[in-house]
Amino acid sequence: MARIVGRAWKFGDDVNTDVIIPARYLYTSDSRVLAAHCLELADPEFARRVRPGDVVVAGKNFGCGSSREHAVRAIQACGVAAVVARSFARIFFRNAVNLGLLVLESEEAARLVRSGEVIEIDEEEGLLYLSSGHRLVVRFPAGAAADVQKAGGLVEYVRQRLLKRGGCRRPPCIEGEAGP
Amino acid sequence: MPRAMTAVEKILAAHAGRKQVEPGETVWARVDWCLANDITAPLAIEQMQAMGCERVFDPERIILVPDHFLPAKDVASARQAQVLREFARKQGIRHYYEVGRMGIEHALLPELGILQPGQLLVGADSHTCTCGALGVFATGVGSTDLACAMALGELWFRVPATVKVEFTGRLAPWVGAKDLALFLVSRLGTDGANQLALEFGGEVVADLPLDGRLTLCNMVVEAGATAGLVPAGGWRSSPGAQLEAWLRWDVSQLEPQVARPYSPADVVAVHEVAGTPVDQVVIGSCTNGRYLDLVAAAEILGGRKVHPRVRLIVIPATQRVYRRALEEGLIQVFVEAGAAVSTPTCGPCLGGHMGVLAEGEVCLATTNRNFRGRMGHPDSRVYLANPAVAAATAVAGHIAHPEEVVGSGPHRGPGVEVRR
Repeated sequence: MARIVGRAWKFGDDVNTDVIIPARYLYTSDSRVLAAHCLELADPEFARRVRPGDVVVAGKNFGCGSSREHAVRAIQACGVAAVVARSFARIFFRNAVNLGLLVLESEEAARLVRSGEVIEIDEEEGLLYLSSGHRLVVRFPAGAAADVQKAGGLVEYVRQRLLKRGGCRRPPCIEGEAGP
Repeated sequence: MPRAMTAVEKILAAHAGRKQVEPGETVWARVDWCLANDITAPLAIEQMQAMGCERVFDPERIILVPDHFLPAKDVASARQAQVLREFARKQGIRHYYEVGRMGIEHALLPELGILQPGQLLVGADSHTCTCGALGVFATGVGSTDLACAMALGELWFRVPATVKVEFTGRLAPWVGAKDLALFLVSRLGTDGANQLALEFGGEVVADLPLDGRLTLCNMVVEAGATAGLVPAGGWRSSPGAQLEAWLRWDVSQLEPQVARPYSPADVVAVHEVAGTPVDQVVIGSCTNGRYLDLVAAAEILGGRKVHPRVRLIVIPATQRVYRRALEEGLIQVFVEAGAAVSTPTCGPCLGGHMGVLAEGEVCLATTNRNFRGRMGHPDSRVYLANPAVAAATAVAGHIAHPEEVVGSGPHRGPGVEVRR
């Protein structure tokens, strides 16, 4: 998908993973449960009203806190097309890249985007268009992260690597061969 | 001539099979250890299968610890633990630690004696950074990252620039590693160390017992750091290695620190919040559930009672800590004071079980995060402090400096080594 058009949901700085998906829901990786509680501590209406293709726009250090991948999965389960933030916490950023959630950095988006407005992201141009006419540059993941993203996520990336070298390094296990 | 590297750069270069690495570049590096728990491992196992991999790269290098919702708090968490257990059995993973023999993963790992300075540990848990205290490059990752590491024995890393953090002077009584950690997080902010490694030094760090160094490295992720490191063995920064910054603080005047709701970076000296009534006190977690933490708490609780309005929950971080506390009479001190003592678990720290908060309740905990809703209801409030402040608070019924409870006479204090 080269173009994303969706409504913007605005959040502040330091949106942490306990806010994105509280630990009490981590007993499951069921996407319906995760979607139903996504960001409920920051905006109780979000999970109910968000629509596929919408975009989360936030300030600095989005996704700080725990390493739980459920945070990315919860946002994906809501159908969110991209998260645009001033900066991302390191592990959240890895998880997003690995799972194929588009994460984009923009200095200005959090300040200029109005909540609820329809924004447009052109992936090829690397630009974010606001309804006010503003045009903002967004930064995409680079280096190894870009390779992983290009492959469609880390699962696909590793699958390809394993296929190239002819499968897992060790032979399949014989049931009951060893154990603690 | 090759450029001088920091300790973290040397470890990453060695594992990437390179002569040198530069901060900011991404490299694929070999991992020595993969760690996961009952929340993150089931996802990692699922992802490993999706990668088309049936066998882990080396079963001797995988460590699985069911610590978050264990002993199982409900059917769903029992199922997650079951997935972990079956995987360990099927893959022949020796480093699987069952309820009754386990501990909170980051407290258990140092006890196992298997980590060596200069090694690389990835864990699907943000507090994996704890073991940087052993001279290991230890960093938290997600479940899919861990799946990749378990499948290939390799993972991609962005090389962090290094910030040297030195604490000098002499810590006051009742001030310890937790206070240094809270102070540091407050100075750096919640993202001040994002994509950076913090390398600790200075005489205060050198004098910290291992338990304290683990506490210090544990909380670097609260400032966003990739890793914390207390250099050890031959893995040290070369003279002339380029640093992002060199921070030095004389901490002789540092008071016990307290983080206020809802951020571990919103930190004040204890006197600024003293008197705040609390409903619950938790002593435990990967941050402060080790032996010396319990010693500090017992010093205050010995011969005293928990305030009638307060619930005190004490959770030794590992079975070994539990046993030692039992043998040395610490558990008896806690029980006689009116505390609930639990088997090791992460439990209340992340609002899982064993002390979840109701609406409007206030807790002071020795844990690491106090985000909104972290320990239970979104409108509950958590303060973070060291174990001595926690014990004093449990006795006083409100946030208290330990001296308010025990007076200011001579005592050992929590920051001082006890002979092991």
